[in-house]
Amino acid sequence: MFIIGELINGMYPNIALAISSRDKKAVQHCALEQLACGADALDINCGPGSKDPLIDMPWLIETIQEVTDKPLCLDSSKPQVIKDGLKACKNKTIINSTTADREKLDILIPLAKQYKSKLIGIAISKKGIPQNKDQRLELAALIITYCAEKKFPVEDLYLDPIAMPINVAQAQARDILECIREFKILSEPAPKTVIGLSNVSQGLHAHSLINRTFLTMAVDYGLDSAILNPLDKKLMDSLITAELILNKNIYCDSYLEAYRKK
Amino acid sequence: METQLVLEKWPGAVSTVSIGAKKEEGGTRSCSIKIGGESALPLLFKEGSIPNKPKIAFEVWDIAPCDWPEELLAAYGEEINDPLAWADKCVNKYKAELLCVKMQGAHPDFGNKGTGESAKFISRLLSRVNVPLVIIGSDDDTKDNLIMPAVSEAAKKERCIIGCAVQDNYKTLAASALADGHSLIAQSPIDINIAKQLNILISDMGLAFERIVMDPTIGALGYGLEYAYSIMERARLAALSGDKTLACAFICFIGQEAWKTKEAKSSIEQGIVWEAVTASSLIQAGADLLVMRHPKAIEKVNNFIEILYSTPRL
Repeated sequence: MFIIGELINGMYPNIALAISSRDKKAVQHCALEQLACGADALDINCGPGSKDPLIDMPWLIETIQEVTDKPLCLDSSKPQVIKDGLKACKNKTIINSTTADREKLDILIPLAKQYKSKLIGIAISKKGIPQNKDQRLELAALIITYCAEKKFPVEDLYLDPIAMPINVAQAQARDILECIREFKILSEPAPKTVIGLSNVSQGLHAHSLINRTFLTMAVDYGLDSAILNPLDKKLMDSLITAELILNKNIYCDSYLEAYRKK
Repeated sequence: METQLVLEKWPGAVSTVSIGAKKEEGGTRSCSIKIGGESALPLLFKEGSIPNKPKIAFEVWDIAPCDWPEELLAAYGEEINDPLAWADKCVNKYKAELLCVKMQGAHPDFGNKGTGESAKFISRLLSRVNVPLVIIGSDDDTKDNLIMPAVSEAAKKERCIIGCAVQDNYKTLAASALADGHSLIAQSPIDINIAKQLNILISDMGLAFERIVMDPTIGALGYGLEYAYSIMERARLAALSGDKTLACAFICFIGQEAWKTKEAKSSIEQGIVWEAVTASSLIQAGADLLVMRHPKAIEKVNNFIEILYSTPRL
């Protein structure tokens, strides 16, 4: 599983404060802590409170690049923020994200190609959040077709079926899981899959338990990547164990430690 | 239409182990030999890099062997009764690149040699021959924990491989390997889970995975060779997929297994073939270092390795 740490997000008060006070140390600490706990890449989002994301995004990127060369996942709904972020990147990048809307795809696919970036495509459009599996598959197919037309390598595309809070759309949870498997058969070579895990439990009491249970199930559906909180040790342990049970790693008594030594 | 081969691309690689330190590296060996380092399955040259050929170490003991068939002993002539002369003959007559010396004489049932005597033997061996060494204990854990630290120290800075650490007894050997600059054999009983666990236990003591050589324990042809083969294959697939805890070179004790069999004991010709076939099969499973006994079997396997590595590659 390719793990994208979610904690550098201005939605969190500590990061919002670090951004507004230009506290490099706080951001770098958050980056290194996530990497030490198993993140393969770091999501970067200036958050809703950022007054000028065109300046804050490059600052965050430069700050993080001082301490790591791991891939960075540029998270913004504004293409211009992504563009200015890409310009500041030395590390490998993932664009987070495009919707299935032509006007976004038209900007973000060429950007991804230009910067040799991977691209997250969310099965959502301006018409709103899909209500069932077929709508999700349709939107995913639209993104894949558009990538193929623009000669963007589909194996660098990460499709997100868009996880919904379990109290908001309980009936859709199974659809979302099945999409993870079915997105992979939409094209050859297959696209990758990703979910923003915390969505599943947003605002819920047992969020950590729900997250790790959902992730365990998603692993069985073949999920390639997740944006999650790597500091949640129980979540990471569940992930490692799920992959072990699916024979992705060889068992030994210290398999949790062994995974972390990889 | 030309057939296109499907080539696998692996993200991981086996670590490289150097055996023997030359003068400029603080040792006294004439050369340093590298094993491991491959980033592809055995002999699939197009799928990755296979920088080092499998190597063969001649097995010698610190006493005259007691349970080897007469005709195998006869291959070394009179010298078999004088371990230093025996080692010398391996190097000078049979052109051994490496020796694997077993401290059998320290075993309580085979002479019960003491710490000082064992260490002295290694010092004398190091002055008598200048090839890199693998040094293993007597298979008696208690006794080995006494003699091996001294033996290891006698070969300090010579960058040997010492062994064999097992799950219930690895700390003393790992500490010696760390202190004296050697690599360590981690031996598991044809069990991939224990192999992985032992590697982690050893690395927790501070010895890097790059200094561990795995002995998966093998069976000779007809005596469970395929079990060893599949364990080695599984470990190698994991290593190439990026599992660092299993990305160690393999050492296989071919001679001791092959010459136990009744087929090998029944005639010398058959024994040589038995040892050679066991070795060549395990080369295809990924063996990096083979410990063997009969000079003719070693010659055959060396020729086989030459052919494997020089034939035009598909």
